Amino acid sequence: MAIKSRGFEIKSQTGFTFIALACIFTLYVPIATLVVYAFNDTESMSLWGGFSLRWFRSAWQNRAIQDAVLRSLQIAVIAATLATMMGTLAALATTRTEGYRGLTFKYAIINQPLVIPEIVTAVALLIVFARIKVWTGYTGVGYLVAAHTAFCIPFAYLPIRARLEGMDLTLETAASDLYANSWNAFRFVTLPLLLPGVIAGYMLAFVVSLDDVVITEFVKSGGQETLPTYMLGQIRRSVTPEVNAAATCFLAISVMAVTAFYFISRKKT
Amino acid sequence: MKPASNIAETAKRSDVRRRWLLSAPALITIFLAAIGPLLVVLMFSFMVKGDYGDVKYWQFSTNGWISVLFERDPIDDTLGIATANFTILWRSIKLSLITTIITLLLGFPTAYFIATRPNKNRDIWLLLITIPFWTNLLIRTFGIQDVIRNEGLLNILLMKLGLISQPIQMLFTDGAVLLGLTYVYFPLMVLPIYSSLEKLDFRLVEAGYDLYATRFKVLWNIVLPLSKPGIVAGVILVFIPSIGAYVTPRVLGGGKNMMLGNLIEQQFGQARDWPFGSALSISLLAIVTLALLVYVKNVSRSGGSHGH
Repeated sequence: MAIKSRGFEIKSQTGFTFIALACIFTLYVPIATLVVYAFNDTESMSLWGGFSLRWFRSAWQNRAIQDAVLRSLQIAVIAATLATMMGTLAALATTRTEGYRGLTFKYAIINQPLVIPEIVTAVALLIVFARIKVWTGYTGVGYLVAAHTAFCIPFAYLPIRARLEGMDLTLETAASDLYANSWNAFRFVTLPLLLPGVIAGYMLAFVVSLDDVVITEFVKSGGQETLPTYMLGQIRRSVTPEVNAAATCFLAISVMAVTAFYFISRKKT
Repeated sequence: MKPASNIAETAKRSDVRRRWLLSAPALITIFLAAIGPLLVVLMFSFMVKGDYGDVKYWQFSTNGWISVLFERDPIDDTLGIATANFTILWRSIKLSLITTIITLLLGFPTAYFIATRPNKNRDIWLLLITIPFWTNLLIRTFGIQDVIRNEGLLNILLMKLGLISQPIQMLFTDGAVLLGLTYVYFPLMVLPIYSSLEKLDFRLVEAGYDLYATRFKVLWNIVLPLSKPGIVAGVILVFIPSIGAYVTPRVLGGGKNMMLGNLIEQQFGQARDWPFGSALSISLLAIVTLALLVYVKNVSRSGGSHGH
């Protein structure tokens, strides 16, 4: 294809490269600032007192942060697992068909958590769960798990569906021709082929659950802080470098998950 | 022929039944923990406000909805326009519209830049946009706070350069909220525009130049119309979370520069007016639905005119 003609680059537009590079650079300035402060040796946020890991150490020893991190991870693991299982089943139910009545309805329901403002869902769950908490007396972490699972489902579902859409039914048909029952066909044929999509979906769901602030803030019972809600509570006082250190660790987890997602979903087998 | 078609019919029916069974867990979970509660919010918006939060059950009242637009004068009990609410509503709409425009003006060139990179580098550029997007919203907002605080990076830099002698108060202003929203939702504008531009056939651009079009004319008459679906998607994806934003105005706007999300939160917190909070939530939902309808209409129209 002739990209260049008359000796000038047809794809270039004046100033676009500059804007793009400036924007991408700016995207990383606040994140970098936060990370740099986490390694700062002084209490003051404005002076650089040399490199140190002391805030990581003190965050590690802070009971409240420890609790919050563990609770965040616990909720994220359970919610992402449930959401991925349900998302996989739902993806199997909504792909590789000529279409049937109710299919559009299913799409709408499954993607619904993506389009409703989080604050509205949060308020709705607050109202309903407050009643249920009074009726049942149960105030455990189950409410958070349920809420997280629900809004993680579309994130788990979409990559799995994308993967399934690229697979045809030939191999499953071959398996059943060889007398595999439908479970075995799924277990030994569909699932292994689907695995990259499932892993990608799991990671997205995990990161989304880990990052949630608004819904968690409204649904949690007393003393059920996750790291994001703990951090939100801290800003009323002053941001301590300890919070920066904990945030930096979370950042590292998210970046690793997203990078892994990216490499897994890019690999086309 | 009849039995055969019957068998096919039965097979099809059992397949559909199996598919409903498979999707049931996801559908039920989302219904119970996301959609169902919205109906309760709608109900609550028509009930009498409880004394300590909550509502008085099954006592009908439209006070929650009246409060959205009017406020009762505490002295003579007459209704007046709720100026405080209008200020917040207007700020929410204004800030989310400006956010959408700025992210579009910056996001389009960024998406274009990425889409015109050689194939093998594109993914890396895309990853650079995606990483901040998947980074905790609160962490990114904190990062912004670190940069624009009075003793933050930006003020120090400006003072070092001698441009200012006193730190400028940037935090807790509308501008700070705007900066935060633009920063946080920028990737949501870039990604859909990129996926439109990626499919752009640059032979059309070349043809434009062959016909002596200027760079601007090519951009305006060829590239922009062809990337319209991506632009519309980006606008919607940025506008919806912006208008419902809660964390960003709370962290960067402080108590004074509230948006709709904060006003809603207040009714379920200090103000203890659940019917009013519910009515506000439904109003927000209505604005979002309206935006989505515009989107759907636009997509179906542009889909039709291109003939595929």
